Amino acid sequence: MTPRALVLGGLLLAVLLVVPLFADGYVLSVLTTVLWFAYVGQAWNVMMGFSGLLSLGHALYVGLGAYASAALFVHFGIGPLVGLFAGIALAVAAGAFIGFLGFRFGVRGVHFALLTIAFAEVARIGFDHIGWVGGSGGLFLPVGGSNPLNLRGSPTLFYYVILALVLLALVLAKRLLHSRLGYQWLAIREDAEAAEAVGIDLFRARIKAVVVSAALTALGGVFQAFYFNNLFPEQVFSMGRSIEIILPAIVGGVGTLFGPILGAFILTPLGEALTSAVGALGVDMPGMKQLFYGAALVLIIVFRPDGVWPWLARRLRLVRAPGEGGR
Amino acid sequence: MPLDFYLNIVASGLLTGLVYGLAALGLSVIFGVVRVVNFAHGEMMVAGMYGAVLLFGFLGLDPVLSAPLVAAVLFAFGWVLQRGLVNRFVERPEHMQFILLLGIATIVLNLLLMIFGPDSRGVQVDYVFDTMEIGPLLLDAVRVRAGVGAVAVAAALFAFFRFSRTGKAIRACADNPLGARVVGLNLDGLYAFTFGIGAAVVGIAGALMVLVVETRPQLAPEYTLLSFIIVIVGGLGSLPGALLGGVLIGVSEALAGFLLMPSLKALFSYLVLIVVLLLRPQGLLGRRS
Repeated sequence: MTPRALVLGGLLLAVLLVVPLFADGYVLSVLTTVLWFAYVGQAWNVMMGFSGLLSLGHALYVGLGAYASAALFVHFGIGPLVGLFAGIALAVAAGAFIGFLGFRFGVRGVHFALLTIAFAEVARIGFDHIGWVGGSGGLFLPVGGSNPLNLRGSPTLFYYVILALVLLALVLAKRLLHSRLGYQWLAIREDAEAAEAVGIDLFRARIKAVVVSAALTALGGVFQAFYFNNLFPEQVFSMGRSIEIILPAIVGGVGTLFGPILGAFILTPLGEALTSAVGALGVDMPGMKQLFYGAALVLIIVFRPDGVWPWLARRLRLVRAPGEGGR
Repeated sequence: MPLDFYLNIVASGLLTGLVYGLAALGLSVIFGVVRVVNFAHGEMMVAGMYGAVLLFGFLGLDPVLSAPLVAAVLFAFGWVLQRGLVNRFVERPEHMQFILLLGIATIVLNLLLMIFGPDSRGVQVDYVFDTMEIGPLLLDAVRVRAGVGAVAVAAALFAFFRFSRTGKAIRACADNPLGARVVGLNLDGLYAFTFGIGAAVVGIAGALMVLVVETRPQLAPEYTLLSFIIVIVGGLGSLPGALLGGVLIGVSEALAGFLLMPSLKALFSYLVLIVVLLLRPQGLLGRRS
């Protein structure tokens, strides 16, 4: 990082901190969505970017966090500050189980990705049939009242909460990356056999990556449940949601710290602009936004397979040497 | 007679399963040779389904007869896709190939959604209510046609790979790409041809599937996942395994849909997958790598 990067980063943070004073409700809601995707993108990046494990079922962890905290709140009046631990525990258990199945039996690469999809799909179909959490009819949180500790409050409250989560995830990811575990992950990502040869326990390191990623993602799920106040298995656990989660990191730069954040800031506003532009033309095109996301995936992977961030960081001279790519 | 009843359910699941197996065969062929996982497989299948629906709607063509036309179009699509995009990803890391095809799948799916809308469309062939009686079995004529068609195409595919010159060349590429290049085979051309074959096969599976189910864009991701499950259950790189896996999944779906709840039948396929990954990760007919 150069001093220039620190100044620019500080400026951006300052702007984000004062935005609610000026922005209207719509801008604030778009920014909240941007930050949510930046956050879960960062969480996904711990698995794919740091340790090379492709998960295409992260909607599972979002959904478990969301449903656990929401169900406790709806049925027992237990607030999200307690409920989040239940959500995280569930997601960690699910992640550890998937990791155990995958790594114990040598399910690699694409097949591991398929395993993650399979579990998300099992959850989607399963939750459709669990009456206690509303089944396919959906689970609705009681709205109204103002209690920040229970995440009941204005959009501004939610904005600051998700901003705090993004910063927390950023700091955590940076510290992890420069820890012993982080170096183990990078070694495994680059060459698993060599990593094993120098004595790294592949199984344990990989399980840890899944668990950390699942726990962080579940926290994003808790936020989502209390922000939107409704949960439907068809949306929460859908394959499409899992793809939306991986997009920011891929567009921004897999394995970089700022990639997921940059990717979310590029994709969400563009998607919103496209939706409102098409809406202004008076045509109803349900697949338009997803079509754009698909095209974005193809274009990025063909022309900037490392993502936008490493390129931008070099352009703006935010990193010292090429190859240091924003780490 | 409850036993007859179950036999009938199994038989109809088996016939549908043969079409699933044919779709998975296309995936297996592409993966076995090009070493790229076609994440847009279900999208291609649904495109084939819409092709058959359109040909029936405008020309009154029976899906069995429109299958070759659908196959030709999808062959061209697969060939161009491999030549234009996928080929430069053959040497790239696995996750990049995956993401490329995920993007293509998303594009195709949403194009279908924008063109045809979310509602179901089917074909009303004039033998839709006909049945065939074989011993204790009472089979739907549409299902029999679909199943027999799938077996015929699969047999043709096996024969192609075993006896034809091109088929042998493709198998050589699959076994040893470097060696194949050394003896003068045109790898890029054969890869494009193979991707075309895989797309054509899944297109035919789609055209046959129209006889049994109504089509809608949302089926695409389901069929992609189903094809994956079948290929893994049957064993990677094993063509007979894909057919066997398809039959297994078809029968288990039919039984689950009847014994439990129709909405739970997909859950059953995933559980079969998880059990197979646990007990026999190389698949039923696969070799250990």
